[in-house]
Amino acid sequence: MTAALGRFLILASVLVSTTGAIIAYAAGAKRSPEGLRWSQRFAYAFAALMLAATGVMEYALITHDFSVEYVAHVGSTQVPLWVTIVSLWSSLEGSILFWGFILGIYIAATTWINRNDHQEYMPFAIGTWLSCGAFFSFLIAGPANPFLTIANPQLDGPGPNPLLQNHLLMIIHPPMLYLGYVGMTIPFGFAIAALLRGRLGQSFLRPLRASLLLPWVFLTIAIMLGGWWAYEVLGWGGYWAWDPVENASLLPWLTATAALHSAIVMERRGVLKGWTVTLIQASFLLTILGTFMTRSGVFNSVHSFTQSAIGPTILIFLAAVLLFSVALLALRIDSLEAEGKLDSAVSREGMFLVNNLFFVVLTFTVLIGTCFPLIVEAIKGKQMSVGRPYFDAMVVPIGTALLFLLGVGPALPWGKASRKEIQNALLPPLITGAIVLIVGYAMGVRNGWTLLTLLFGGYAAHVTFAQMWLPLRQRLKRGDSFGPALLDAQLRRGRRRFGGYIVHAGAVLVFVAIAVSSTMRTQQEASLTRGQSTTFAGYTVTYIGSEERAEPHRKSTIARFNITKDGKAVTTMEPRMNQYAAMREPVGTPAVYSTIAGDYYISIMNMQGDQAGVLIINMPMVGWIWFSVLMMGAGGLIALIPARRRTYVVVPETAVATGDGAVA
Amino acid sequence: MSAMNTKPTASAASRRKTRLFMAGAFLVAAAAFVVIAAGGINKNLVYYWTPADLHAAGDKAYGATIRLGGMVAKDSVKNRNGASGLEFDVKDATGIVHVKSSGVPPQMFRENIGVVVEGTMTRSGYFQCNRLMVSHSNEYRAPKGGHKMDKEELQKLMRTTEGLKD
Repeated sequence: MTAALGRFLILASVLVSTTGAIIAYAAGAKRSPEGLRWSQRFAYAFAALMLAATGVMEYALITHDFSVEYVAHVGSTQVPLWVTIVSLWSSLEGSILFWGFILGIYIAATTWINRNDHQEYMPFAIGTWLSCGAFFSFLIAGPANPFLTIANPQLDGPGPNPLLQNHLLMIIHPPMLYLGYVGMTIPFGFAIAALLRGRLGQSFLRPLRASLLLPWVFLTIAIMLGGWWAYEVLGWGGYWAWDPVENASLLPWLTATAALHSAIVMERRGVLKGWTVTLIQASFLLTILGTFMTRSGVFNSVHSFTQSAIGPTILIFLAAVLLFSVALLALRIDSLEAEGKLDSAVSREGMFLVNNLFFVVLTFTVLIGTCFPLIVEAIKGKQMSVGRPYFDAMVVPIGTALLFLLGVGPALPWGKASRKEIQNALLPPLITGAIVLIVGYAMGVRNGWTLLTLLFGGYAAHVTFAQMWLPLRQRLKRGDSFGPALLDAQLRRGRRRFGGYIVHAGAVLVFVAIAVSSTMRTQQEASLTRGQSTTFAGYTVTYIGSEERAEPHRKSTIARFNITKDGKAVTTMEPRMNQYAAMREPVGTPAVYSTIAGDYYISIMNMQGDQAGVLIINMPMVGWIWFSVLMMGAGGLIALIPARRRTYVVVPETAVATGDGAVA
Repeated sequence: MSAMNTKPTASAASRRKTRLFMAGAFLVAAAAFVVIAAGGINKNLVYYWTPADLHAAGDKAYGATIRLGGMVAKDSVKNRNGASGLEFDVKDATGIVHVKSSGVPPQMFRENIGVVVEGTMTRSGYFQCNRLMVSHSNEYRAPKGGHKMDKEELQKLMRTTEGLKD
């Protein structure tokens, strides 16, 4: 009964999204206000159907209706309620339904927010979103149908993938990732609308930029959560392995970041319109490619789902969207006429161009490394993978160059500047860079790339901080009193700018933390008998013993270690191994002792009788990565909060730096 | 046909020239990038081989990074619990390779289990393993009888095995 209702809702959503897309495109072609109103209604209807279908699936999960195939596959009466609720996205079919759910929310919300605005673009945008909605409804109705029924249902199921149950981060990471991935559909729809209309006016930049920034924030956090999860669970003491699935989440992030930057140049100078649109299209295509990589089983990695039949369907969709996008670009890119031009290479906008170039090169580097083994296997039938050294060798120099730009770009003024002005802007931050470099060297950093990162990082931090508070200083100089000036400069008119520089500050910290944690990391493997100690990185680790603990869904072996430093007790660490019924191999949970300086990390490799084989890792600054990425996300949100309907007041541009996208 | 179409203005012509120049520069940069990236990939490929593949490769096997998949041969494991100096044989239907590894093996490691070892073949006749992985499957599968794996199964094993990373 439940399953039949679910199937009905999905079939209805196939119908509604297809019809709605046709009506919307027709309304756009005819410029019909009546047609636009109808396409809006269809957009809301699609969202409502997706919401209802997801509700039906959650109901089936919570009531343990094992006659529904998906519930029989991932449900279990033995697991806690929260595990049951999140099993919606624990396996392939449910995750595609969840995708449709999020897409519905995005489409309905964006349609609602712009219900009275941008009438010339909206029909084409809604048409494009609903076309994507039609594709995903089709996936749910056909190749990945979660509402199939089982004739003779069992009384209990196996429960979701143990990795999902093993750590809280695995609950938050997938929804964040989907919010980022699915959200890229919205700017894509706007970009297609601009191309179809053959126009990209200044007023349309705001929804375009906002719709790109929101999924960017989610994706930024999601990538970090994935790395953090790997670090907390997988037990090898790292957070990034250039695994194809990790790369899949990074690729659209890189192009979206590039697009956010080129959109600022577009706003300020009226150039790079076609380029920005291309980057937005690329971001969407890369999310579909990422979905293909993670959902089709062509790659196998710890994160990916099992083999399934939806791979070819997604590949066809990817090819169709790619062809459509390229053809549309080729036909219409000339109509997005530049309104201004770039004056000088050594300027803010010049650095934006170089920034975009580096982001694109980085995207290709990762894309080639990720897809190369697939192509070789398809052609030659040989199996291989691209080793980590390739990625490290290529990405480290490009990343360092980006950090350099992060400092130099915002320091340079817009437009043409005299040599003296440029020198005054570029030289002072060198002092901060040099100080950070010297401090790092004194603390033992010897790796050349890390030292360079410290120099550029210090430089960029100086510039970022100065730029962040520049509007406030200008207002104070002008004689404004502190309180109102602060409010206006950083939170009201200057909010976008302020948010942007918070993102930059977070990014600088991420660069430094990654460089330091990966090059200053030390590790030791040891086999300890009960009572035995080993000393590593200043701490003495003593193996006290182990205990078994049984929970309904798992059995855990917990090892206990006393950590002392210079004879004084520091803490007790309890890494564990969890054995789930559905899994042969135990899943470890390493223990992490974090301080501001870094992490001390103990992972159990094996336990036999009185002996415990452990991996001990000392990793400086690693916790800073999680914190700094959260800071980037927060900055993005600050920049995103919509300004109140503005009453435009003309302010001489030279007098006050306002909030209008001055971040490099 | 209007005059505009037949006779482009000077600024349009110069713009076309700039565009052509930019496209040319972009192509050169792209070509250079592809050459560098391809070279980087070629140097860092990891081959997925079975013991039989390794023997068949002859001299080519030395120096390359290899992911070797097979079964841990019965009665071949030495120094199981030591923190270093673990040795064992990895075999498939036709080949056998002696492996030396430093470091503590994972919990699941035992005789007659599918393993993937990553490392290089040395000229002294043993495989130096830098990374030892035990078959890691998210879905429970009953162990197959006979402890024999055909090539296809081994390749699947190598693709799906994830373990400690360096």
